[in-house]
Amino acid sequence: MTVPVRITVNGRPVERDVEPRLLLVHFIRVFAEQTGTKIGCDTSQCGACTVLIDGVSAKSCTTLAVQADGSSVTTIEGLSDGEQLHPLQESFWNKHGLQCGFCTPGMILASHELLRTNASPSEAEIRHGLEGNMCRCTGYQNIVRAVRDAAETMATAK
Amino acid sequence: MFAANFEYHRAGSVAEARQLLAAHPGAKLLAGGHSLIPLLKLRLAAPEAVIDIGRIGELRGISNGGGALRIGALTTHAEIASSDAVKSGAAALAEAAGLIGDPAVRNRGTIGGNVAHADPASDLPTVLIALDATFTVNSPDGERSVSAADFFQGMMATALGEHDILTAVNVPAGGGGSAYVKFSHPASRYAVVGAAASLTVAGGTCTSASVAVGGATAVPARCASVEAALAGQALSADVIAAAAAAAGGDLGDDLLGDVFASGDYRRAVTPVYVQRALAAAAERAG
Repeated sequence: MTVPVRITVNGRPVERDVEPRLLLVHFIRVFAEQTGTKIGCDTSQCGACTVLIDGVSAKSCTTLAVQADGSSVTTIEGLSDGEQLHPLQESFWNKHGLQCGFCTPGMILASHELLRTNASPSEAEIRHGLEGNMCRCTGYQNIVRAVRDAAETMATAK
Repeated sequence: MFAANFEYHRAGSVAEARQLLAAHPGAKLLAGGHSLIPLLKLRLAAPEAVIDIGRIGELRGISNGGGALRIGALTTHAEIASSDAVKSGAAALAEAAGLIGDPAVRNRGTIGGNVAHADPASDLPTVLIALDATFTVNSPDGERSVSAADFFQGMMATALGEHDILTAVNVPAGGGGSAYVKFSHPASRYAVVGAAASLTVAGGTCTSASVAVGGATAVPARCASVEAALAGQALSADVIAAAAAAAGGDLGDDLLGDVFASGDYRRAVTPVYVQRALAAAAERAG
């Protein structure tokens, strides 16, 4: 059995007939050809697969593509405005909030969710807000600095 | 990981879900998917059909009436954790919902999917038992109400029959104070041990106490000896500590243990979390 699914990924509608068991993360990587989103633990614990569904964060390894039918999905590739990086992307770069980079797409989208719900988080709130995303390189210090920096940039821009 | 193949059907209403369930014996209902999809991927569940009820609007939302909160089965953990009505009427439930998984999990996981799954390490069953919640179930014979004490029947086992649809969770609101405190597994955030307490206080003394512990047993355990030790007492720190000390004895003989925490460890740590939950609930009860 296949089911027709239409998902707008980073502004571009993608239509496919998919097996119902197809995970959203595979739809994004294989059919939408946006490979920034990573599959890490594949058990909804590590957060590498975090994307935005209609603007709200979700773990795409624990969401079926059929569940996102009709939705708009934003991945790391869709966060920038052309060549203009999102403030979170700028801050992760400037504050060295990554080393190997595998967790970074999910980490940035989880940070996006945090700042959507709390525009000026404390350090403790940043650490709590990112607890569903694991980084095995940085020890998190520079990730926290990057999120604070981005929050300040975004507050100034308003 | 890929699930085994299954047929997919999307229901637009409870009535349609009812028809689909009748037409597809053994089908599983899909709400947010955060309990079911992991099981499908591990192939611990391999139903022939999955019926997606996730878009049924009538099953979503929180209303307050008649001294109780009615929480639609598709209400997400994030919605419950941020609801003013839940925070003021059933603080332990808002607290527990806000401690599930992480923000992305809470955006999609639902109260109905969570309790229908009945994972012993889950947070909400413990709170709903302590708060004496009732569950509204739509079945072929009509609608029925099931108490929390009867709903959770064993590990991953509930009172829901093959043709039943859980439509709402009803939680008594107001009165005293309640709280939920847990020892989280550091990766999954599931409860190694979680304690829920609900207290009412009048004239400086405790008029009723309800305490439940999850994570340690197949079904969350009511702590009758803790409750009895609190009734009629002024809730000083000493009284709470003395009552909580008995909590390990309320868990019975059949404790869960795994590579992360043995049954003995869970029993030993239980009084600590019961004490913290009672202290927070007592402060809220005023």
